[in-house]
Amino acid sequence: MVRINLTVDGARVADDVEPRMLLVHYLREKLGKTGTVVGCDTSNCGACTVHLDGTSVKSCNVLAVQADGGEVTTIEGLAQDGQLHPVQEAFRECHGLQCGYCTPGMIMQSVDLLKDNPNPSEEEIRLGLEGNLCRCTGYHNIVRAVQHAAGAGGTQAAGQTEAVQA
Amino acid sequence: MTATEARPEAEAPEREIGRERRRKEDQRLITGRTRWTDNIQLPGMLHLAMVRSPFAHARITSIDTTEAKQSPNVVDVVTGQDLAETQGVLINAWPITPDQKTPTHLPVAIDRVAFAGEIVAVVVARSAAEARDAAELVDVEYDELPAALDLKEAATDTVLAHPDLGSNKSAYWVFDSGEAGTGGNVDDAITQARDSGGIVLEREYRQQRLIPAFMEPRSTVVDPTGEQLTVWSATQIPHILRFALAATTGIPESKLRVIAPDVGGGFGGKLQTTPEEWITVALARRTGKPVKYTETRSESLIAAHHGRDQWQKLTLAADREGNVTGLKVQLLADLGAYVSLVGGGVPVLGAFMFNAIYKFPAYHFAVQTVLTNKTWTDAYRGAGRPEATFAIERLMDELAAEVGVDPLEIRERNWIKHEEFPFTTVAGLEYDSGNYEAATARAKEMFGYDELRAEQRRRRESGDPVQLGIGVSTFTEMCGLAPSRVLGQLDYGAGGWEHASVRMLATGKVEVVTGASAHGQGHETAFSQIVADRLGVPFEDVEVLHGDTQVAPKGLDTYGSRSLVVGGEALVKASDKVVEKAKTVAAHLLEASADDLDFSGGRFTVRGTDQGVAIQEIATAVFAAHNLPDGMEPSLDSDATFDPVNFNYPHGTHLCAMEVDTETGALRMRKYVCVDDIGNVINPLIVSGQVHGGLVQGIAQALWEEAVYDDSGTLVSGSFVDYLLPTSADTISFEVDHTTTPSLTNTLGTKGVGEAGTIASTPAVVNAVVDAVRHLGITDIRMPCTPERVWRAIQDAGSGTEPTTGAAAPHFDASTGMEGTVDRTAGAQDGAQQ
Amino acid sequence: MIPAQFDYLAPSTVEEALAALAQHGDEAKILAGGQSLLPVLRMRLNAPEMVIDLGKITSLRGVRDDGDAIVVGAMTQHSVVGSDPLVAEHAALVSKAVEHLADVQIRHRGTFGGALAHADPAGDLGAPALALGAQFVIQGPGGTRTVPAEEFFVDLFETAIGEDEILTEVRLPKHTGWGAHYEKFVRVAHQWPIVAVAAAVRVDGGSIAEARVGLTNMGNTPVRAHAVEQALVGQPATPDGVRDAAARAAEGTNPPSDLNGDADYRRHLATVLTRRAVLTAAGATG
Repeated sequence: MVRINLTVDGARVADDVEPRMLLVHYLREKLGKTGTVVGCDTSNCGACTVHLDGTSVKSCNVLAVQADGGEVTTIEGLAQDGQLHPVQEAFRECHGLQCGYCTPGMIMQSVDLLKDNPNPSEEEIRLGLEGNLCRCTGYHNIVRAVQHAAGAGGTQAAGQTEAVQA
Repeated sequence: MTATEARPEAEAPEREIGRERRRKEDQRLITGRTRWTDNIQLPGMLHLAMVRSPFAHARITSIDTTEAKQSPNVVDVVTGQDLAETQGVLINAWPITPDQKTPTHLPVAIDRVAFAGEIVAVVVARSAAEARDAAELVDVEYDELPAALDLKEAATDTVLAHPDLGSNKSAYWVFDSGEAGTGGNVDDAITQARDSGGIVLEREYRQQRLIPAFMEPRSTVVDPTGEQLTVWSATQIPHILRFALAATTGIPESKLRVIAPDVGGGFGGKLQTTPEEWITVALARRTGKPVKYTETRSESLIAAHHGRDQWQKLTLAADREGNVTGLKVQLLADLGAYVSLVGGGVPVLGAFMFNAIYKFPAYHFAVQTVLTNKTWTDAYRGAGRPEATFAIERLMDELAAEVGVDPLEIRERNWIKHEEFPFTTVAGLEYDSGNYEAATARAKEMFGYDELRAEQRRRRESGDPVQLGIGVSTFTEMCGLAPSRVLGQLDYGAGGWEHASVRMLATGKVEVVTGASAHGQGHETAFSQIVADRLGVPFEDVEVLHGDTQVAPKGLDTYGSRSLVVGGEALVKASDKVVEKAKTVAAHLLEASADDLDFSGGRFTVRGTDQGVAIQEIATAVFAAHNLPDGMEPSLDSDATFDPVNFNYPHGTHLCAMEVDTETGALRMRKYVCVDDIGNVINPLIVSGQVHGGLVQGIAQALWEEAVYDDSGTLVSGSFVDYLLPTSADTISFEVDHTTTPSLTNTLGTKGVGEAGTIASTPAVVNAVVDAVRHLGITDIRMPCTPERVWRAIQDAGSGTEPTTGAAAPHFDASTGMEGTVDRTAGAQDGAQQ
Repeated sequence: MIPAQFDYLAPSTVEEALAALAQHGDEAKILAGGQSLLPVLRMRLNAPEMVIDLGKITSLRGVRDDGDAIVVGAMTQHSVVGSDPLVAEHAALVSKAVEHLADVQIRHRGTFGGALAHADPAGDLGAPALALGAQFVIQGPGGTRTVPAEEFFVDLFETAIGEDEILTEVRLPKHTGWGAHYEKFVRVAHQWPIVAVAAAVRVDGGSIAEARVGLTNMGNTPVRAHAVEQALVGQPATPDGVRDAAARAAEGTNPPSDLNGDADYRRHLATVLTRRAVLTAAGATG
């Protein structure tokens, strides 16, 4: 067991962990932060994305001991003072989620993307989210959500055109 | 009359139906406040790890669990022998013929394994990590048996997947329009076309094996510590699971509570009763402790059921002008190692759809289901209908090429005209409504069809290395599973009704209970909209409850695009009963005759007066029960069970433009337009999401996904490194629109939408790819259309090899580069620094 | 999904790390960014008894200018390398390759030295490092030695780093003013390259004066396309000028056959992608 001290969603925590424990399992099992989920075992899906010391990482690909002394933000720490983060709002507004399983990772990666590039093009958004798999949305409304959060999406949220009289 | 109608919101914007309501579900999902099965922790909970067979077919000669049992914090290690009959058995609910060969499917194999990934032993430990550690220590010895792997070869019975059955051929199911009296004899039509100088197209298409690949790996938690055994599972079908567990384990149904909490996608992949669920139940009972099993992604890919996997032999007869005179379909369908819950029923669901939107005079369908030593197959989004749609829409493009007309023109010659509805098809279904002309006209306009055709010509003429292809798919499907009577005729083991309850609470809030169990679709929102309108209560006041057999005791769950069109209709009927009961109370309270009352906007009013009472006030009055009509039961709550009389038939026109880099075979999607007619829309936002997601799954079949086995029966594409799901960077934004002809088979006028995108898009994409290179002499490229396959098709065409015509298609070409792979992870076993 | 048990050390100096390596020998694994190692451990394809984490050795991080070379510390994250102005100016080929390496999250964590030491022939850094003639600085109990790229990549997942040694930095010879391009061919974005071509060219008066070309996933190690480089010299930087030289890209290669392509397809791809990479690189210099 190794003693680790870190800050998770603003709270200081300390635990003895096995060196083999993955950060995502530490968050879920030791801290009960079950908002962060596991979707694969090869680091392809990105569902477990959190921020470690200010940048997005796949928490299945980090050992808890590697996060010692670090600062972790999960989907559960994104809203501040009961106010949703603009990216969270945008995902709801633009229907950027269906089953919601990829959503925590997708939102955390989108926040990271917008931090680096506040006004991304559609292509930049699509490339910036390439490490996050979604099986429900076809990505269309996720891209809209990120555009919306960036203020570049306008009001046409979901790409739904008008009903037709044929 | 099939003129399309405007959506309801255009007429009455205050109505909930038709509004782009943001989803009620989202607040918890975007904040991580979720209840996935794997999130559940119970006091004293134990964890399972599975020991799985690495061999596709082998006899188990011995299992030594001694060392594993001594591993730290291991509670038990059990084999199939240890569990014996306490483990129950997995069922096939749809024997498609009376003589179907159905191998016994035990959750834990006892003496023989029939696919790589089958469970042979189970470790129970205090933590998941310790369970995994011990699983590595279980020593299993196998005697490898020859494995039946290739579908066509398996159909010849040279190697038997289950030697005791004597054959791999499980069931042979036929529909013939001549015999059914729904059309002519197809062989006569083919002979006539041959003799009279007509057209006879013979093609063979491959539906590759796919994996549903829902994002949430499956997980099951079982708590045996209460009076009832509580089972949480990441499933689409809590009610069917409860029934099947009771039927096969001896646990009384009344002692079982099944809960599907938040479920992270299914796409048919969680329409299953699984060995892992049965094992978790057995070990919870054996240990008396709460037990959890959560699979890894790799386990999910090798052991959760796969989809599609067919060979399709097709013969289409037509006259010189391209009027189709007959269609003959002969399928081989790979069941994998066992006949799963729906099993051979999947291709049968496609049997009624090969004739699609067309007026074919003669039709014959036959499917041979075949057992192999691969992962079992079952429903995957569309289930039978994508296979049918792919075959016919590919064929219609081939027919257009043969006749020398535009692919849309050949379709128009054959499709059902809008004034011909209702129309009874050659497969015996009655299509209630539709307007193929309207959807097609709109799609062409949005697509810029003529301009893109002009660009295609320019690129061809200039010999541009990047060629452009345009693909068409004018699809329909049958959805809303299903009239129970029809299911009975098809020998399915259950009905197709759905149940709903509407409860008026004392405070005027409304609880709605549905038997349709959601896993991402947005039922809570769409169902709230329906009930809010029906009862005239605020959207926010409606709470939708589902997915727990103790809360929603009756239901048949979610699949086959049925939730809205069957489950929604049950809600309408239950709501209407509530209003009827409330009306009696209203009349009593208002001292008026019920005949003089109007109900609108949640308020009963006495016609011609300003007197009225709100339904919420009535709910409170009924709760108090101080002043009710004589003899009235003090409750407004109502149930309804709706059994549809017919399927419904969404349709649409999809147009796809693909660029093909002829130097590398690389493909780039340029544009995708779809105009679907799904009847009246409850929530356009949710519909758009269903369409987008469906499109990408269908496009992924066309371009990327394939479950590939090697010669020894190991799944090569057994992780997300090799099973290629597309990312945001591989896909484009879609142009989606709708035309509307309301369905006549339910009062809301809705049609299913969950599977439409997937069903339609696959042939649109492949047609576009083939269209881009057809001038080079290419008539088919096998799915997934990988760059290598495209490049090889171009090479072969350019080298003067025979163009791929008839059954001599590239399907028979073994040189598809599918052998061997480099394991990206294996190499790191050496001393290299990471 | 859960690695087997191991012990863990996080030394703060290279010397401590070397001492730990000496003590634990082949039972130890070095953990750099962990983006390749952790998947292997999770799948239990490897189960070291000791994991030595270099993450706390700050001296191994960073990019610096060292005269004729840009020096990248082995533990510098891809995202840092990718946005480093020195690398962009003097070793643009590396910047271009890093841009497409894996995905954003992996680039935040994965390290330059770790990826090169992993020596996956489908990795995106080997070909540019080879093309630019990178020098690998390796420290061991006996001191420090420098290994040229040609000798660094030994075989599939095998490098010149000894079991008791650690890669500390990589020296990238300056190619200031060279045009560069990394042409990567994948079926889906999150995939390892089926084939990729790293090309750097110096254009002088419209003709190619010098060229460096490296190939990804065309053998058990990254491959330097010497035949192409020689044939390019003196050619005009035009499609016709480059075509014949690029056609020699597959010479001497031994690409794998797998789900994504047979060897002959990869050889063909190498020629097309080389042509495109060289042309784009040449265009980048104006």
